[in-house]
Amino acid sequence: MNFCPEEVLEHIFEFVTSHKDRNSMSLVCKTWYQVERESRYGVFIGNCYAINPVRLIKRFPRVRSLTLKGKPHFADFNLVPHGWGGFVDPWIKALAKACPGLEELRLKRMVVSDESLDLLSRSFVNFRSLVLVSCEGFSTDGLAAVAANCRNLQELDLQENDVDDRRGHWLSCFPESCTSLVSLNFACLKGEINLSALERLVARNPNLRSLRVNRAVPFEMLQKILIKAPKLTDLGTGSFVHDSDSETYHTLKSAMTNCKSISSLSGFLDVASCCLPAVYPLCANLISLNLSYASGINGNELVKLIGHCKKLQHLWILDCIGDDGLRVVADTCNELEELRVFPSDPFGPGNAAVTEQGLVAICSGCPKLHSLLYFCQQMTNAALITVAKNCPNFIRFRLCILDPVRPDPITMQPLDEGFGAIVQSCKRLKRLSISGRLTDSVFFYIGTYAEQLEMLSVAFAGDSDNAMLYVLNGCKKLRKLEIRDCPFGNMALLKDVGKYETMRSLWMSSCELTLGGCKTLARKMPMLNVEIINENDQVEIIPDNNDRQKVEKMYLYRTLVGPRPDAPDFVWTL
Amino acid sequence: MAKMGVGLEITELRLGLPGGGSSCDGGEKKERKRVFSEINGGCNGSSAGGDRNMQAVGWPPVCSYRRKKTIGRGNDQAFRAYVKVSMDGVPFLRKIDIGSRDGYPALLAAFEELFGCFGIGEALEDADSSEYVPIYEDKDGDWMLVGDVPWKIFVESCKRLRIMKRPDTKLTNYNW
Repeated sequence: MNFCPEEVLEHIFEFVTSHKDRNSMSLVCKTWYQVERESRYGVFIGNCYAINPVRLIKRFPRVRSLTLKGKPHFADFNLVPHGWGGFVDPWIKALAKACPGLEELRLKRMVVSDESLDLLSRSFVNFRSLVLVSCEGFSTDGLAAVAANCRNLQELDLQENDVDDRRGHWLSCFPESCTSLVSLNFACLKGEINLSALERLVARNPNLRSLRVNRAVPFEMLQKILIKAPKLTDLGTGSFVHDSDSETYHTLKSAMTNCKSISSLSGFLDVASCCLPAVYPLCANLISLNLSYASGINGNELVKLIGHCKKLQHLWILDCIGDDGLRVVADTCNELEELRVFPSDPFGPGNAAVTEQGLVAICSGCPKLHSLLYFCQQMTNAALITVAKNCPNFIRFRLCILDPVRPDPITMQPLDEGFGAIVQSCKRLKRLSISGRLTDSVFFYIGTYAEQLEMLSVAFAGDSDNAMLYVLNGCKKLRKLEIRDCPFGNMALLKDVGKYETMRSLWMSSCELTLGGCKTLARKMPMLNVEIINENDQVEIIPDNNDRQKVEKMYLYRTLVGPRPDAPDFVWTL
Repeated sequence: MAKMGVGLEITELRLGLPGGGSSCDGGEKKERKRVFSEINGGCNGSSAGGDRNMQAVGWPPVCSYRRKKTIGRGNDQAFRAYVKVSMDGVPFLRKIDIGSRDGYPALLAAFEELFGCFGIGEALEDADSSEYVPIYEDKDGDWMLVGDVPWKIFVESCKRLRIMKRPDTKLTNYNW
């Protein structure tokens, strides 16, 4: 290895693209570290506050693809107040100065401003891919800047963002010279768009493979899109409502019959059931189907549609499909790898229409299933044990019983044994969310058996600090732990403070932590930021003799750059 | 400033379930879970009432984007109302689904797309200012100016639509 010239090393390193592998390579020796950092193309930063832009650029001067994640996961459920942080602006400013070669930016749960988008659009000549997931803070004006200025744009993918739709004509800002689009997803936008601009855009971008439109795009547009985008493999419809006796409907149906390339379908943000048969011709080739926003389709229609989809590998649906519908899925979709069943009426008086029976049926019929998100009315230990036996390949298993402390309704026992079976059987399990009535036992099982577990989400579970300790001691690969409403306190928090440096982050809210406990942790571990989110002035920092005050929300994470400078008033880094 | 002592914990403000235990003693650690189920009438086999799900902030863990899209939408998808739309001087009629629009501006924007009658949006604010005037036939067979009644009532009572060009309106006659 001493005689290997750097150019050769660099050439070999080009073949290694996974972040983990590149990180490992950089630890081998100084030479490898240098070669690796100078040739690194893509950097993944799972917590934008673990490092800062200056140090990123210093280590990876030629970075061309950056992924950043901001707010903690529980921000999705309104547990993190507005203004907490996750601002992308300093990153874009720093990169604009030092890395003009940037090509890709992928952001999740970050705050993005129109000014940032404008700066981005003007600073990176080769910029080609912008993916924003669950972000906020920008409007269609920012999108207009990206459309207008990014000459080589290939991908603009907006997933589930909260965008201020100014109803301007951002789509019309793509210049006539824009012919490089491969992927365009604006399903999350609420406003009208210029339909003829969309039609022309599709027509002049022959490489378009993925197009997901919003509700403002009517049924009539689909046939025009299909004709002009022959390479389309991923389609997200907007409004899917029309008179099924009409010429337009029949024309679309024929267009769909001729469409052999589409393998991924989503949308139906507005839908009339009578129009669904138009997509039946596509079903035989579908690998991926997302109907989780199609609240206009009732259970029977869903079942009819899915009955045609024999090759399906990824399915996202609403629970109105019911247990019976899931049985049909189990019979039809034997290649299924990922299933997400969302509640169609999470807060209303109706039932979540699926129970443990639907899950058991799926697991019997779909042995390749490895990713699950399942919102249900109830679960039993027996069902989970059966699931564990039939599907030992789970990598992600997230179960949400709508009543979070509901025991097994048949035996009235906690669900410890059921989840215990899951972690024992699924040796490759990386992500787990548990719910239902759960005692310390389930945590014992998790700590003992879930050796590959990286992320655990817990709510309303456990009886004592021991539960948390089982997990912290047992799960050696744990990276993210998020806990709400559990009786875990300072003893569990402080038992093994070194553990947190091996993890990305820990979230604890509505537990039994006190200010004193958090302060102690912060004192012992200077490489952690221990943040208290103090909404409504619950906690008083001065005077000193208040360490017994309960801390409602604590978020801690390892960092190389100390307390963050942009923390708002209600966030205290201890 | 009052000292934080044992007695004052009762006045502590916290987010969380009402009545939740607040001491550090082991004995009260189970109280949080029990309180949740007690509020909701105990954990029995029945699944009556989804209101138990409302009690805790951020539960069930559905992301806020999805929450906004699904609340209230589940039950009112039924209404589909295709009505004919005619415009003066255009030989063929169009059909439009007024049930899927969410208000008058959206409806008039749709007219602009279908017929190219730009500026019709102005008619909402001032019926005299636009070159085009949208009117509709209601259940009684009367022709009404679009925009007077609340949107939902309009959707239910509208049987057909017509876009008039301004010169005709001068010869207004309520029965034609």
